[in-house]
Amino acid sequence: MASRKGTAPAARPKERAPGAAPKPAPSNTPPATRPGAERARNIIGKPFRRVDGRAKATGQTKFADDLVFPRMAFLRLVRSTVPHAKIRRIDLDAARALPGVLGFLTGAEMPEPFGILPVSQDEHVLCPDKVRFVGDPVVAVAALTEDQAIAAALAVIVEYEPLATIASVEEAIATPEPRIHDYGDRGNLHKIVSMEFGDVEAGFAAADHVFEDLVFYEGNTHLPMEQHAAVAVPEDTDRITVYSSTQTPHYLHRALAKVLGLPAARIRVIATPNGGGFGGKSDPFNHEICAAKMALELGRPIKITLTREEVFYCHRGRHPVLMKLRTGFTKSGAMTAQHLQTALDGGAYGSYGVASTYYTGALQTVTYRLPRYRFDSVRAFTNKPPCGPKRGHGTPQPRFAFEVHLDKVAHALGIDPAELRLQNLVPANSVTANWLKVGSIGLGRCIEAVVAGSGWRERRGRLPRGRGLGLACGAYLCGAGLPIYWNHMPQSGVQIQLDRSGCVAVFCGETEIGQGSDSVVAACVAEILGVDLKDIRLCVADTDLTPVDLGSYSSRVTVMAGNAAVQAAERAREIVARGAAEELGVPASRLAFAEGRVFDVEDPARGLLFAAAVAAAESRTGTIGTTGSYIPPRSPGRYRGAGVGPSPAYSFSAAVIEVEVDEETGLCDVVHVWIAHDVGQCINPVLVMGQVEGSVYMGLGEACMEEQAFRRLPRARSNALVHKFPSLLEYKSPTFADMPPVTTYIIEDPDPNGPFGAKEVGQGPLLPIMPAVANAIFDAVGVRIDQVPIGPHMILHALAQQAKGKEARFGPKEFPEFDFGIPLAVRTPDEGGDGTASNQEEAKVRKGIGTMTERKEALKGGS
Amino acid sequence: MTTDMMTLVLSINGEDRAVVFPAHHTLLEVLREECGLTGTKHGCELGECGTCTVLVDGVPVLSCLELAAELEGRKIETVEGMQRGNELHPLQAAFADLGAAQCGYCTPGILMAAKALLAHNAKPSVDEIKAALAGNLCRCTGYHKIVQAVEWAAAIARGEGGYAPPREAFFGAAPPEDGAKGARDG
Ligand code: FES
Ligand code: FES
Repeated sequence: MASRKGTAPAARPKERAPGAAPKPAPSNTPPATRPGAERARNIIGKPFRRVDGRAKATGQTKFADDLVFPRMAFLRLVRSTVPHAKIRRIDLDAARALPGVLGFLTGAEMPEPFGILPVSQDEHVLCPDKVRFVGDPVVAVAALTEDQAIAAALAVIVEYEPLATIASVEEAIATPEPRIHDYGDRGNLHKIVSMEFGDVEAGFAAADHVFEDLVFYEGNTHLPMEQHAAVAVPEDTDRITVYSSTQTPHYLHRALAKVLGLPAARIRVIATPNGGGFGGKSDPFNHEICAAKMALELGRPIKITLTREEVFYCHRGRHPVLMKLRTGFTKSGAMTAQHLQTALDGGAYGSYGVASTYYTGALQTVTYRLPRYRFDSVRAFTNKPPCGPKRGHGTPQPRFAFEVHLDKVAHALGIDPAELRLQNLVPANSVTANWLKVGSIGLGRCIEAVVAGSGWRERRGRLPRGRGLGLACGAYLCGAGLPIYWNHMPQSGVQIQLDRSGCVAVFCGETEIGQGSDSVVAACVAEILGVDLKDIRLCVADTDLTPVDLGSYSSRVTVMAGNAAVQAAERAREIVARGAAEELGVPASRLAFAEGRVFDVEDPARGLLFAAAVAAAESRTGTIGTTGSYIPPRSPGRYRGAGVGPSPAYSFSAAVIEVEVDEETGLCDVVHVWIAHDVGQCINPVLVMGQVEGSVYMGLGEACMEEQAFRRLPRARSNALVHKFPSLLEYKSPTFADMPPVTTYIIEDPDPNGPFGAKEVGQGPLLPIMPAVANAIFDAVGVRIDQVPIGPHMILHALAQQAKGKEARFGPKEFPEFDFGIPLAVRTPDEGGDGTASNQEEAKVRKGIGTMTERKEALKGGS
Repeated sequence: MTTDMMTLVLSINGEDRAVVFPAHHTLLEVLREECGLTGTKHGCELGECGTCTVLVDGVPVLSCLELAAELEGRKIETVEGMQRGNELHPLQAAFADLGAAQCGYCTPGILMAAKALLAHNAKPSVDEIKAALAGNLCRCTGYHKIVQAVEWAAAIARGEGGYAPPREAFFGAAPPEDGAKGARDG
């Protein structure tokens, strides 16, 4: 790569040590009630055709692979065929001689590491010296046609020197050397977390019963229908536009600047509408950066589209997690303490893994009152595709464990599982033991809805053997309270431009991945300005033109971009109202904006068309533009790790699922799903329905069939770790035929932090599905399956145990012996804590050199 | 690699087009790359997902498995041919209004399969719709909105202009009465 001298490094905000909270945000928290909020709404809460609906139903939406540019050439990656090895030799000669070949890239040309998290900059665009999983990219080749690029990639010869492979957390704990990475908390363990909120042992001592469960959640993958694709278009020797199917154009922008050594201002990233994301397109990826580098080298547009097999290798999906859960209960069913241990199989790179690790514990406290809580976790590096965030990011696994555990506890205590949950609900506007601030909570209403709808009270436990009902709940974030790079800047911004045409141009960095974020932003603006959705022109996800929005992840867009849109629109309305007021001779406070008009509420006939009102304002104030931005409220937690879990608001869901189990075959058929989701306030109910139904679908896939699993080839055949099924046919996902009827209840418990009270709906409704299926199987045939996906062999095994009078269960048998060290000790709000840890230093020293920043510091000090 | 090129006239959406393409290329590749008809998508190019579904002589086929070279004289239909002028086909309108297209990536393939279904079955049952579309994967919707959209479009196509999907399709089910009463939300 060209020397980085002479090009200014991309501006990067100073990284702050986790735990040191940022300064209070400038106050832009939206008021709980807005002027005009009492007026009837025209758009919000009513079903409308999504703004991109027509383009999507006509095939006009341009996805990344649909883009074509003059002189465009094609890129292909040569990926590792072995799971862990040193690269001994790369031979490009044969490939170079093939027709149409334009050029190659290898790891040596892009030495700068990257990664989504500042603490895990552990990826290289192309592996410089060693490969860490089957699929790790080693060489990139460009050619005139895609066929030629494929042929050339096949002709590249890479020789490897195999290294021992690590396939599981247990192996990683037992095998500290050789290390997959030369950083991480210990040996091959990427991250170790231990924290205790309140005196958990005292809590167990005060309990009448202590229950313990071991649960395993197999990994699974996002499987978006669109394979990742990117097109890089050079505009000069040092200026480039990258179109990509990414959920996070802002973070791709950062990674491109870092690796290419170009100022970020010379790089434009445009996120094309994603053909599904689910978290699978939220890391910056090798192929995107490679395409940009190659385009700059060759001076022509470069396109790369991954094959379906490659998408399985990119992964970043659900971590396989083994969990041990202990909870103390009083006789009456109140919780006294919980100790959760999780072990995550992280795959070969960091990705979002540090956050995922914390997320396997953080949200255990927001549904049911948990006075004391201890959480230990370890994330291991293994020689498999990296795991990361998939819908629910880190929370479906412990939620599954918790909800199955609660079902068992309810049975043991003789309490109806629905009652047990209802009597333990977290109160609204409270702070949990781990210092998360819960605002609105409609969980009780959710439980009551599905209980009534399913006939739970009359039917549970009374259905003929083979039929059963299971209940479970869940909660999710409406965006992470802290950004990935800690800074004081907005997490979402919106800019509005108005002119005499009456067109409202709205610019926002948000990224449409199918969830309907374009429609949310448009609806917020149209509602406030009283215009038709068709009069809104959206420009989104373009790092040159649109204000930064951090991306479509952690269910953040409705709350964050929505609030920013509301603020920008209210400011625009103020300007227009001033102009219209003068024009009409009516005080601005008396003006209403609706149905494309600005009019006097006391004399509605007296008014202006919206375009005329804008013209009146434009002629008085000049060109009209406003901005809005959003920064979440500060969270009360101050301990190391407190950055994961806080959110402006939490969504809640409850589900009852009915199953039919065939005891001959072990097949479990899901007969009906009742689900209720507390969305705060619908922006567009028909899209809320779609998100709920889509989440139920994906949850059923995870519960019953989906697994991203690996196997070792026999020792005689390299002992390599290979993906069991990198294909759509073998990776089972539910089809039309598998989808049961779903009854959806939308519960609206508006949250003051949401735009119009709205909360998220894209991820939360997935959470109760998996445990509700497992609990229903118990109701049907009396066996416990403490593992997902639940296969027929598991049910048959447990039934056989049952027949023998043994423990009727299928699931993991032990949690690995592991020393998590001294937990970070944090007093709870109830104990009069202040949100800090009392032993921050002690707990840190124990682990030695932890984060990558600390390690760099230590290395610097030593040299 | 030597590439044999091929020239032929394909009938696409009722329009004859002369195309030149590598003889081994699939219909999917020719549609997208030679004809610029990028409405037809791909999710695997191995016949596994249904995303690339188009109609050939009215029958849904996976265009990633079909050699373009063999399709001279056949009637090929893609999503781009569904509209009449600027009017959406009832299926397209129903998909747009019900949010049956979320990311929209599976949508063109599903629209084509649904169009073929309605051509020979004006009033398909839910099970018939599911069976006709079972070869098409959708990762976003959970399939319900798609089934409801096909039912809606079928009714419109039959001239039952008064038909609309049930209220629940847009708003969800009304929470049962005792749901609200018994709530204990702290
Ligand atoms: S692209 Fe998947 S079936 Fe054709
Ligand atoms: S709408 Fe996204 S895959 Fe079907």
